[in-house]
Amino acid sequence: MRKASFLRKQIDKVKPYFNSNPILHTVFDGLETFLFQPNETTTSKTHIKDGMDLKRTMVHVVIAMALCAAHGTMNIGHQHYASMGMFPGLFDGLLYKLTYGIIQFLPIFTVVHLVGLGIEFLFAASKGHAIEEGFLVSGFLIPLIMPPDIPLWMVAVATAFAVIIAKEAFGGTGMNILNVALTARVFVFFAYPTAISGDEVWIAQDYNIIHQIIGLPQVAFEHFGINKMPDGGWATMMVDGYTGATPLALAAKGGWPAVTEYYSLNDMIMGFIPGSVGEMNKLLIIAGAAFLVFTGIGSWRIMLSMLVGAIVMGILLNVIGGAMGLDQTAFVNVPWYYQLIMGSFFFAMAYMATDPVTAAQTESGKYIYGFLIGVVGMIVRVLNPAYPEGWMLAILLLNVFAPLIDHVIVNRNIKRRLARVG
Amino acid sequence: MSKAIKLKKGFNINLDGKPELKLDKSIKASTFAVKPADFQSLRPIPKLTVEVGDEVLAGDPLFFDKPNPDVLFTSPVSGEVAEIRRGAKRAIDSVIIIADGKNQFKDFGSANPKNLSREDVKAKLKESGCWAFIKQRPFNIVAEPDAVPRDIFISAFDTNPLAADTEFTLGAELKAFQAGIDALNQLTDGDVYVGVNGGIGGSSFDGLSNCTVNKFSGPHPAGNVGVQIHHVKPINKGEIVWTVSPYDLVTIGKLFLHGKYDTSRTIAIGGPSVAEPKYITTYSGAKVSALLDGNINEENVRVVSGSALVGDNIGIDGFLGSFHHQLTILDEGDFYEMLGWILPSYPRPSISPTIPPFTLTTKFPFIKKVDSFNANTNTHGEKRAFVVTGQYEAVTPMDIFPQQLLKAILSNDLDKMEGLGIYEVVEEDMALCEFVCTSKFNVQETLRKGLDLMREQG
Repeated sequence: MRKASFLRKQIDKVKPYFNSNPILHTVFDGLETFLFQPNETTTSKTHIKDGMDLKRTMVHVVIAMALCAAHGTMNIGHQHYASMGMFPGLFDGLLYKLTYGIIQFLPIFTVVHLVGLGIEFLFAASKGHAIEEGFLVSGFLIPLIMPPDIPLWMVAVATAFAVIIAKEAFGGTGMNILNVALTARVFVFFAYPTAISGDEVWIAQDYNIIHQIIGLPQVAFEHFGINKMPDGGWATMMVDGYTGATPLALAAKGGWPAVTEYYSLNDMIMGFIPGSVGEMNKLLIIAGAAFLVFTGIGSWRIMLSMLVGAIVMGILLNVIGGAMGLDQTAFVNVPWYYQLIMGSFFFAMAYMATDPVTAAQTESGKYIYGFLIGVVGMIVRVLNPAYPEGWMLAILLLNVFAPLIDHVIVNRNIKRRLARVG
Repeated sequence: MSKAIKLKKGFNINLDGKPELKLDKSIKASTFAVKPADFQSLRPIPKLTVEVGDEVLAGDPLFFDKPNPDVLFTSPVSGEVAEIRRGAKRAIDSVIIIADGKNQFKDFGSANPKNLSREDVKAKLKESGCWAFIKQRPFNIVAEPDAVPRDIFISAFDTNPLAADTEFTLGAELKAFQAGIDALNQLTDGDVYVGVNGGIGGSSFDGLSNCTVNKFSGPHPAGNVGVQIHHVKPINKGEIVWTVSPYDLVTIGKLFLHGKYDTSRTIAIGGPSVAEPKYITTYSGAKVSALLDGNINEENVRVVSGSALVGDNIGIDGFLGSFHHQLTILDEGDFYEMLGWILPSYPRPSISPTIPPFTLTTKFPFIKKVDSFNANTNTHGEKRAFVVTGQYEAVTPMDIFPQQLLKAILSNDLDKMEGLGIYEVVEEDMALCEFVCTSKFNVQETLRKGLDLMREQG
């Protein structure tokens, strides 16, 4: 028996007071198990257990995304100032960029957690369960896949919709069919399309109340020699030669040449372009993916097969484009390797498709699942004029089909067993 | 045809307190027990044939299961019946015998099993108590006396954590081992298969005759007989195979060689909380407090009869299980660990690369590889719904989907359980799944429920 620490003793003292009310108890239990791994011991024939638990699993996914979030925060500020011709160099006005980015990102992050965790706590309390850790990851993903100046009430509604309809309605963590974070995004996409598509939403231009309290607009006022917000909003200050359009939107209109008119390959790889918050820097995403593979938490089978699927479909589209005699301004003729660099392919591969609950659960099913996401995602992206990007819809579609893939794989096992009897 | 089968999937758990290959002959137990609950499928209240105060010889019957009155469960030692301990609902918990120290055996008469008919071999096994050692798959129950198994399987080695090394404990009993095989051969129209350790240079059991010897290598559960059956000749619907542990096979062999019910066995005492891990010789069902006398270096420990993966928590006053050949002494993990889920404060076994087998030290380079673990009984996390996939498969070297099988059991889907191979597994084959499970799911308990349900439904 180990000696209880001072902190532990204090917790034991106050613990009984929280048992009166189920919600209080749930919240207390959540925080307590966060601070201390419980003193539970094994009761069955297996007397020792692996040190891994769901909290540790989920937190490693969050760690893998942390750098993407940091980069995204900085990029919000960079895009904001660069679009107005201020601090064009990457490291010019770094402090302003960071401050602007953090104050833009943090409210989204906070709203997601207040709403999402609030609902989780209520459901856990009403079911008498402990709080499951799934929202650790969903809550981190949702802010990263939203446009930087999305209205906070939309974030709140989307998060509530995703947590209640996509997850709790099915029984909570581990039971959901659709990826929770993507459900939040797809909700915004279909309910408020103007907030998440087009050329205007990918650069944060306005100053929110906190920006104004700390006096951040003053920096822009001084730069332009004005003393109030320009008529028609800050968007009118955007300099010539700057666009709020994402590379994909440009490519859809004018192929690869249209993209390179505004963005260098380097910008796209390093993620200094307009877009959703966290899906920018390809190197950091690949580093995160490598971390997930190395720790055994993200399935390399899904990642690899999704990459292969996207490449195969990308090459096929190039071949079709060539055979149809289309020129370089056609979207289908964007070389397949550039298709991977544009948009959110790597982010979707590393963090969305690998969600173990909504993916195929059998190891061989994972190859099929990942491959089909790659293929379908590329089709939606390139051949469908209505949707600028394909991965969100492809993953949600394959989420629905994942149980079917598993069913086929499992049934083959059953048939193998029956065949032995002859 | 003998095969060499290399298994890749699985996981070896190295625990502190591995017993040295040295036999301590000074330790003797004087109290023994036979526990009906050790034998799967027995009714809770077997018919007793003795009363408290009766004198018994080793091999004298103590009780039998009412549906099979000729399958006797017998005393491992000679002495006096001291107590008949009852549990809940008057179920017989154990029949306790105090040994007289004279080791008098009831004489069943020696015989060469090759010259006996199947019925004669059966009768001898049943009256001596040896029959109870034969387990029947599917379900891991005491073999049905009227059944004729397709084949009989024996795994001659054990890959469980801290398991007794059969080369050391049974290497000298080859004659009895062979006699046991000869006897089993009379019970089946098929073959007797012995799985030997292919991971070591050469095994003492390589030269056995009258059976098919297959070599298995790889991490645990390569030594599990169920895994071996799966790779040699899997159990199909409607088929019956029998399994016998190598220790019990020796007991069967001795019955035919010497006419005695001799359950003497060398068992391993190991685990992180043992002062001096070692081997001792005793009889089936020995009281462990005598075997462990003063050999425990912690206060708050769990005494496990069997291994840390498949064992019974029997307490210090408990008795060695009938099918167990090792004692594992573990620290109880009933303490809180601050931020233990993210910053483990001591090394612990894990298949996850996020918990590497390293520990911090005060000396340069401040990090040290851990070869064996002081694992305790903490669950390291709370029970959750299934989230992570592919874990069970990584430690199950069989063409089986453990998670899907468990889900079929949870939903009482009999067809699916059958289709997914429930007949091919018993608890020990999926014990590692329970160890690795991120969601801390009770795999063995659930599997047993499924097996019982299948058996009820016939």
